Amino acid sequence: MSTHTEHQAPAGREPLDVNDPRLSRFDIVQEGARRDDIEIVHYEPQVVPGSKAERRLTRTVAAMFWLTFVAGVTFLVVYIAWPWKWEPGRGGDKYFTPLLGLTLGIALLGIGFGILTWGKKLLPKEVSIQDRHDQPGSPEDRRITGETMLYMADEMGVRRRPLLGVSLLAGLVPVGAVAAAPLVGGLISDPHKNNQMFTTGFKPENGKKIRLVREDGRPIRPADISAGGQLTVFPGIDGGVSNKHADSPTLLIHLREEDAQKSRANNARIGHGDFMWGNYAAFSKICTHAGCPASLYEQQTNRLLCPCHQSQFLITDNAKPVFGPASRRLPQLPIEVDGEGFFVARSDYTETIGPDFWERP
Amino acid sequence: MKRRKFDVAAVPAKTAGALDDRFQAATPLRKLLNKVFPDHWSFLLGEIALFSFIILILTGVFLTFFFEPAMTEVIYNGSYAPLRGTPMSAAYASSLNLSFDVRGGLIMRQMHHWAALLFMASIVVHMLRVFFTGAFRKPRETNWIIGSLLFWVGFLAGFTGYSLPDDGLSGTGLRIASGIMLSIPVIGSWVTSSIFGGEFPGTIIISRFFIAHVLLIPGLLLALISAHLGLVFKQKHTQWPGPGRTNENVVGERMFPRYALKQGGFFMVVFGVIALMGGLFQINPIWYFGPYEAWVVSAASQPDWYVMFLDGSTRLMPAWEINIPIGDGYVIPPLFWPTVVLPGILVGLSFLYPFLEARRLKDYRHHNLLQRPRDVPARTAAGAMAVAFFIVLTLSGGNDVIADKFHISLNAMTWAGRVGLLILPPLAYYFTYRICLGLQQHDREVLAHGVETGIIKRLPDGRFVEVHQPLSEADHDGHGALDYVGWVVPKKMNRLGALGPAIRGFFYPIERPAEAPVSPGHPPVETRPEREEITSGESRR
Repeated sequence: MSTHTEHQAPAGREPLDVNDPRLSRFDIVQEGARRDDIEIVHYEPQVVPGSKAERRLTRTVAAMFWLTFVAGVTFLVVYIAWPWKWEPGRGGDKYFTPLLGLTLGIALLGIGFGILTWGKKLLPKEVSIQDRHDQPGSPEDRRITGETMLYMADEMGVRRRPLLGVSLLAGLVPVGAVAAAPLVGGLISDPHKNNQMFTTGFKPENGKKIRLVREDGRPIRPADISAGGQLTVFPGIDGGVSNKHADSPTLLIHLREEDAQKSRANNARIGHGDFMWGNYAAFSKICTHAGCPASLYEQQTNRLLCPCHQSQFLITDNAKPVFGPASRRLPQLPIEVDGEGFFVARSDYTETIGPDFWERP
Repeated sequence: MKRRKFDVAAVPAKTAGALDDRFQAATPLRKLLNKVFPDHWSFLLGEIALFSFIILILTGVFLTFFFEPAMTEVIYNGSYAPLRGTPMSAAYASSLNLSFDVRGGLIMRQMHHWAALLFMASIVVHMLRVFFTGAFRKPRETNWIIGSLLFWVGFLAGFTGYSLPDDGLSGTGLRIASGIMLSIPVIGSWVTSSIFGGEFPGTIIISRFFIAHVLLIPGLLLALISAHLGLVFKQKHTQWPGPGRTNENVVGERMFPRYALKQGGFFMVVFGVIALMGGLFQINPIWYFGPYEAWVVSAASQPDWYVMFLDGSTRLMPAWEINIPIGDGYVIPPLFWPTVVLPGILVGLSFLYPFLEARRLKDYRHHNLLQRPRDVPARTAAGAMAVAFFIVLTLSGGNDVIADKFHISLNAMTWAGRVGLLILPPLAYYFTYRICLGLQQHDREVLAHGVETGIIKRLPDGRFVEVHQPLSEADHDGHGALDYVGWVVPKKMNRLGALGPAIRGFFYPIERPAEAPVSPGHPPVETRPEREEITSGESRR
């Protein structure tokens, strides 16, 4: 198959002598293109030199560059002189970033459209044709390269001296493993260290029950939450209100009388009969689906909605999932009130907190 | 006056000569200057991605000067009064400082974010262009795979990037990511624990994400982009069919100077648009979200747009938990399917598509000419199906916002998404297929009978017919003899030059107006010499 197109000069064409003084610069360019298998088949100036159209286009392009100049200088002035520090209730700063963006944007668009206009309108239009040469190598070439590579194998003599190959492989495998070992060994971390996946901050310390506390660390009395209300609570331990115990945030809910009865009955059904205290129930706030805080509590229907993927949990039925992608109920924290009248966790959660994983029992 | 010993005019030639003596650059340089590129607006989509990437590097380097990738707890004491005195991570505090206490830091942050969004968007649009025009076919399968990889590596770059500020929104995203890793059967908890250095969130993840985001992933992106461009350069760009264009040549412009000038100008335009967006449109206002706290989230927590389809698939997934009753029991949570398996299938499908299509069509030839989407109805319809699938998932990723704004039940939105995900893609396939066939048929019709002129003629017997302008001499049975060549068929009279060209000039004409068209009552039916060129497919400028 010929790699030449019909536009290609006939084979055997004499190359031009580029030193011929009669040749114009464009002739030489065209000759150079031909030597790269490129035929410039159409070359057409878009503007007549000295014409009104040319002058007008030149002015337009120049105006765009001057716009860039003005916008660029304005950017610098704004950057240096404009009040930029955020101050409450003043607001002068709120124009700082928009002004920077506006001036920088105009400056860049000016130079961009200037160059585009220059290239598109003032330069000659052309159509050039280049051969692709994307035919595979000739069978002969392929053969030669293939034989060369096979000869390399012959020179190494692996086939005649198999021991060398096997030994090299035996050496390389551990070396490869050595390269990977520090990375794997350094990064690897046992997920079951200190039983961390199955315990939370509410695990009693030395037999002492952990208090439920607010975000600011104060303990909570039953009277602090009115019926139908809820409060996010944390373990009353060091760092209990921080991300160090990201699995511990708990929602303490004061159910209304009839909901509480339903809830207690459902608790009893699955053997959690004593998890509530009075009309108060506490559920893990960490969604069992992907770990977001399930924090939108709808008082009327007693549903808890996770805003990330819209799993809904029915609080009065052991927080079982009733809609959405979650498949497991929110674990319930057994609670009671201690001698001083504050809420405490009777024990840690009895089920695993947070998103599911393979070995979750 | 002293004789000049130093001839300034000869310096460039002498320097060039000296350089060529050492590097033998003249011939390869001439080849480079002469390289021919075909031109079409759709070939510029990928360049938006390339230019966005350059802007990402420029703005990103600036950001690293001020960002502190640490989760050490600090008390914020910067300019932004509402958060003063709040304990937060050093990463979040330094991101706030970048926004409020570094002069011009906010616009850099916002430009970086907008550039990232544009990077991903142009990758997707470019990918659609390549898919629908068949530019992925042999010999370009490798570049198609590299391009698909670029999407996923860009996805990782985006995710690690917007996790860095450690604000309330990104922390929630990170929490979900940890849940996704946990859901992988057998190794999930080990993977999560190893990446986070213990239990979520630990104290190291931000610095690990930082090095991934500023070194490992950009390095990989740079390598992949270089390979991608190198292959485009080596294999030469595809081109649309048209006059003189064959499978063995490239018809276009030489790279220098016009083509390169246009590229440079286009880069500046992309840069300018990103600067405008970065300055005028707020993006990711982390100061409203507050520091990440495991118990705080708000409704309408959406990730960046290119992650939303996975968020949507997660929301639509039914709560199907697989329990394996061996020993203490093992579980595959429902989260695993839409976030690990689905992307895996998508990656596999996109990688394999060129080979699957070649196999199905038994087509193993080289293809350097593009196809119009209508000419390959099965592929176009399959692409429309994929787009419909993606759109349903992306909309579902924001279904709580839609439910809120349009007062629709949230549960109804979820069900609409579940049903829509199954029904809309096949519908999209069917309708696209029919539309392609219809367009094909119309092209053939125009080639056979000519262009509709809009002129109604009454025949002596009282019938009305529309006058058609044939595109070629009719053969004995009254049909045109033109073949369809895979390119635009003119369908309006002014595409045939029946109307004068538009008068150039903004306020007043800068050229003499062209000859007025012939009277509309008498369409030009005789063949004019230039008409033949147009029908053969030259695109109009």
